[in-house]
Amino acid sequence: MEEDIRYAPLSALQHLVYCERQCALIHLERVWLDNRLTAEGNVLHEKTHQEGVESRPGIGIARGLQVVSQTCRLMGQCDVVEFHGRRGRGGGAPRWESVQPVEYKRGRPKSHEADRVQLCAQALCLEEMLAMPVTAGALFYGEPRRRTPVAFTPELRATTLAAVDRLHRLLDGEITPPAVYRAALCRGCSLLDVCLPRRRETPGRVSIWFGETLQHLLEEG
Amino acid sequence: MQQYLNTLFVTLEGAWLRKQGEAVEVRVEGDTRLRVPLHNLDGIVCLGWDIGASAQLMAACAEGGITLSFCTPHGHFLAAATGFAQGNVLLRREQYRRADREAASLAIAGNCVAAKIANARTSLQRARRDRPEAAGDAPLADAVEQLGNALRGVTRARDADTLRGEEGNAAHQYFSVFNHLLSGGDPEITFSGRNRRPPLDPVNALLSFLYALLGHDCRSALEAAGLDAAVGFFHRDRPGRPSLALDLMEEFRPVLADRLALSLINRKQVTSADFEKRENGAVLLREESRKKILVAWQERKKEELTHPFLGEKMTYGLLPHIQARLLARHLRGDLDAYPAFLWR
Repeated sequence: MEEDIRYAPLSALQHLVYCERQCALIHLERVWLDNRLTAEGNVLHEKTHQEGVESRPGIGIARGLQVVSQTCRLMGQCDVVEFHGRRGRGGGAPRWESVQPVEYKRGRPKSHEADRVQLCAQALCLEEMLAMPVTAGALFYGEPRRRTPVAFTPELRATTLAAVDRLHRLLDGEITPPAVYRAALCRGCSLLDVCLPRRRETPGRVSIWFGETLQHLLEEG
Repeated sequence: MQQYLNTLFVTLEGAWLRKQGEAVEVRVEGDTRLRVPLHNLDGIVCLGWDIGASAQLMAACAEGGITLSFCTPHGHFLAAATGFAQGNVLLRREQYRRADREAASLAIAGNCVAAKIANARTSLQRARRDRPEAAGDAPLADAVEQLGNALRGVTRARDADTLRGEEGNAAHQYFSVFNHLLSGGDPEITFSGRNRRPPLDPVNALLSFLYALLGHDCRSALEAAGLDAAVGFFHRDRPGRPSLALDLMEEFRPVLADRLALSLINRKQVTSADFEKRENGAVLLREESRKKILVAWQERKKEELTHPFLGEKMTYGLLPHIQARLLARHLRGDLDAYPAFLWR
């Protein structure tokens, strides 16, 4: 029998911080809608997820690296992990002075925490796998094409661990939370048409609507 | 509202489809004939016996929720490429539970059938309003009256057999006056009742072809919403029958398929020259004509309407997707009933 420990995907963490309902629709109800934004994101990722390692003197770059954390029950892929300051081989594997996850994102730097939390979760995975501290990473936004450094401060780590906890509770509970309309977030969401956040249904509303509409059609002629 | 995504129809025998970057490429004898970005598509339908697709393309379609189907040249479903089942197993379990409960099934089936009859009636009403010569047409007025009675019967139905009886009666009434809606077309095209397997006249051949296309759209919309297209609430399960797709089709038949058939004939876009008769009496659409109808079907799907329940503007092509999701929301308990599509 297959072991029954459920790992959550790293990407789900980003969805959760953006919106719990979006996270539930994608990961519990498995709704998937490609919109222009995610399609562009996929092309951007396509470039970075060609697996492999390239080395320049003193720096290693791994693309599409699979990472996992047993303690957080998280798994996923890093776009890019940079290894700096090689220190020879201790016990076969190379040792590095510092390791940095770099995540590629479409568009502009966001005001919400989702991207930073996802990056911090990658750092938690890397720390566990490599048994070394990971203190900083970077987000690379498509416009303007530049790197935004991210320090994994105690505050960001606490936010991330709290989000991991909420994520597991949501996935274990298997209940999709009701919609709350927040214009700034909902407008940029690819699941707007599935979620329909502006429609708060009152009990019995559909039956009443259907009956009244039929009656109206019959009376018209 | 979300953009309407296109269906790519491939009718060229010998075509080979493969994934190139983020696009699907259609190749014939090694020449690339067409490239379409995958994120512009919600479906790929191959109509032919000798059309193939690469494993990589099948995987990309399954991953991206693009339905990839293989059909006969006449649009009858043969096979589809699917990945791991889409959607949520909890939702499908709820679907099966409801399908096993008579009252819950009847509530959904009743709304599907009511919407079908109401939409057929609206279609006849429109014909009476739009054409002066139809205003004094007594059989047409009578059929509208009869459909109204059937609709009242459906809303009072307490069991599935009563529902089926009203539906059969309404369908008979509707098709008995369907030829009153033909005007200005090729005089050789006449209609004397619905028949199929095989269709025996051009109108039936055209309806059968359009229903096959509509059925494909409904089946893929249900699967995309995470539902099982084979387990219905009105149509009884039979091996190999997409019962839920047939349920969902009911409300759209008069609106999407029947009206398109009528306008193609009445505008002489389709004439008797588009059909061939076989030895067994079957009447079939010619190959070139089928392509013409696929184009008309796509154009029809781009037209806009305001959704009666949601009040949002959208294209006709999105309707099956929207209704499939509304049905899923009803099954999950977000909506107290299934708001079937009532055409206004």
